[in-house]
Amino acid sequence: MSNPLATTFAGIPFKNPVTTASGTFGFGDEYANFYDLTELGGLCTKGLTLEPRLGNKGQRLYETPSGLINSIGLENPGIDHFVERIWPHLKTLPSVTIANVSGSDENSYLEALRRLNAIDVPLIELNISCPNVKAGGMAYGTSPDSAANLTAKAVAVSRHPIMVKLTPNVSDIVSIAKACEEAGAVGLSLINTIQAMAVDVHQKKIVFDNIYAGLSGPAVFPIALRMVHQVCKAVDIPVMGVGGIATWEDALAMMMVGATCIQVGVMNFIDPYRPIKIIEGLKNYCEEEGLKSIEEIRGILL
Amino acid sequence: MAIILSNEYVATDIYHMKVAYTGNVAPGQFFMVRTWLKEPLLSRPLSVFNYNEDVIEFLYQKVGEGTRLLKNAKAGERIELQGPYGQGFPITRSNYVAVGGGIGIAPLYFACKRIKDKYPRKHLTVYLGFSDQPYMVEAFEKIADDVHVDVGGRITDLVQVSKDDVVITCGPEIMMAALCRQIPEENTVYVSLEEHMACGVGACLGCSREGAQGKNVRICKDGPVFNREVIYR
Ligand SMILES: Cc1cc2nc3c(=O)[nH]c(=O)nc-3n(C[C@H](O)[C@H](O)[C@H](O)COP(=O)(O)OP(=O)(O)OC[C@H]3O[C@@H](n4cnc5c(N)ncnc54)[C@H](O)[C@@H]3O)c2cc1C
Ligand SMILES: Cc1cc2nc3c(=O)[nH]c(=O)nc-3n(C[C@H](O)[C@H](O)[C@H](O)COP(=O)(O)O)c2cc1C
Ligand code: FES
Repeated sequence: MSNPLATTFAGIPFKNPVTTASGTFGFGDEYANFYDLTELGGLCTKGLTLEPRLGNKGQRLYETPSGLINSIGLENPGIDHFVERIWPHLKTLPSVTIANVSGSDENSYLEALRRLNAIDVPLIELNISCPNVKAGGMAYGTSPDSAANLTAKAVAVSRHPIMVKLTPNVSDIVSIAKACEEAGAVGLSLINTIQAMAVDVHQKKIVFDNIYAGLSGPAVFPIALRMVHQVCKAVDIPVMGVGGIATWEDALAMMMVGATCIQVGVMNFIDPYRPIKIIEGLKNYCEEEGLKSIEEIRGILL
Repeated sequence: MAIILSNEYVATDIYHMKVAYTGNVAPGQFFMVRTWLKEPLLSRPLSVFNYNEDVIEFLYQKVGEGTRLLKNAKAGERIELQGPYGQGFPITRSNYVAVGGGIGIAPLYFACKRIKDKYPRKHLTVYLGFSDQPYMVEAFEKIADDVHVDVGGRITDLVQVSKDDVVITCGPEIMMAALCRQIPEENTVYVSLEEHMACGVGACLGCSREGAQGKNVRICKDGPVFNREVIYR
């Protein structure tokens, strides 16, 4: 029987819709000890920037009910290191490697994208939604104009398809999604983390040096689901649903409201095998429901 | 999934758990553990206190919700163990000095046992510092050549090292930093560090901090045990 989970995202074939979210999976190595990474539909790299970054100082993690607030601050080895040292290994994976790219200003975004032109990465995830850096990051993702402007320039500079990763920290995500679509994005991923904060009342201090940080994990799933639904109703390009996905049912819900693929983030930390279990769950679901393709349920609740 | 064999009170807020487990475990390594399904979300890192003959032991302090749930777990119940993770204490043919502060004594016990198992004729001195009540001192006395205990003071004031001693330490970071300042540069010192952790495997960078050489280190993957040169300038 043919693989019911096979799908295409912006023309790119995925063996299944399950990918791992940027920043929660390193560059794959750490999880390669648990299972064969080729089982995954795809994986998103840690957020890459033109220059290496050490990330934020101070406490970087804070747990909340069903959630995790992080303030990593885009620690990464820089785009050149990725191209020279990490890509040669990643490119051998049959799963789709998605290079997640961030910047502090327009030039650093565009120069990073130019350097990625040297390699055959199948898809770029343009991160205009990181709440954990002082400059750039989320600033580009919070207005339709700035999002469209950066997307258009990225599309012009890059020889790779660009998927834009949206921030939930806006009043109207649909207008931003549409602006990115019009500017030439081949797809969208949402959501990045929700801006949040924590206070240590015993020490009378704010937990994070950066004051605000990003919340994700199962607590945010209903919000992510709502936003994916809103965006899928409004755009024609494919969407990757991200945010709090913990089970195959969550993944399915995302697809029922229109997502083509999904990304698993924080749940990798709790259970390294979770993406594989979600793939298994979806496979069983297709069998039980007699679906020839998971695509039959996509968007049925739009 | 593993089965808890026993889970006993040791001293105020200190518990000792034994779990059926078989595998290769090095002293200084840790496991991400949970006895609960969903809440709290993250598993908790615990160092290996001892391992032999298919039994792994943890010594832990109840400080919050996760460790409260751990202490409530009963013999026969299930515990999820992920690991062992991280780099442990290098064990070489040397005389050793172990310096532990509070619950930081946990990984040192297994290290001391391995040192004595491998090199019984080498000298092992142990310093244990506690803020109020001492615990597990007798266990150390059974394996070490000398054990010094301090309650309520500064254990580092007692510590004496000879040329060529290898020092291993785990405890509050101020204690370890003070110790590193007072021990001559010629001695090798291994420190076991702590940081909030989410993944435990090096993927989230939540436990990453700046090391001595301007490069970041991940406590979970590059550590938790480090040569002091990697951490302190
Ligand atoms: C590699 C490693 C090995 C460890 N080994 C042991 C051990 O053998 N025995 C033992 O008792 N404990 C050990 N710990 C500490 C233990 O993991 C924490 O005490 C535990 O996670 C607290 O969980 P909780 O839910 O009970 O408390 P929480 O409610 O999560 O926290 C209580 C308080 O402790 C602080 N805290 C929690 N985790 C950490 C951390 N990792 N670093 C610094 N502060 C923290 C919190 O900020 C809070 O103030 C180890 C930690 C690490 C990183
Ligand atoms: C520790 C951590 C690091 C992250 N780093 C990045 C990053 O570098 N780039 C990015 O686009 N998103 C990053 N994210 C956001 C995730 O990719 C994802 O959008 C978000 O966590 C929601 O999904 P989840 O609830 O399944 O984790 C990070 C999230 C976490 C928890
Ligand atoms: S806990 Fe995730 S990198 Fe160390």
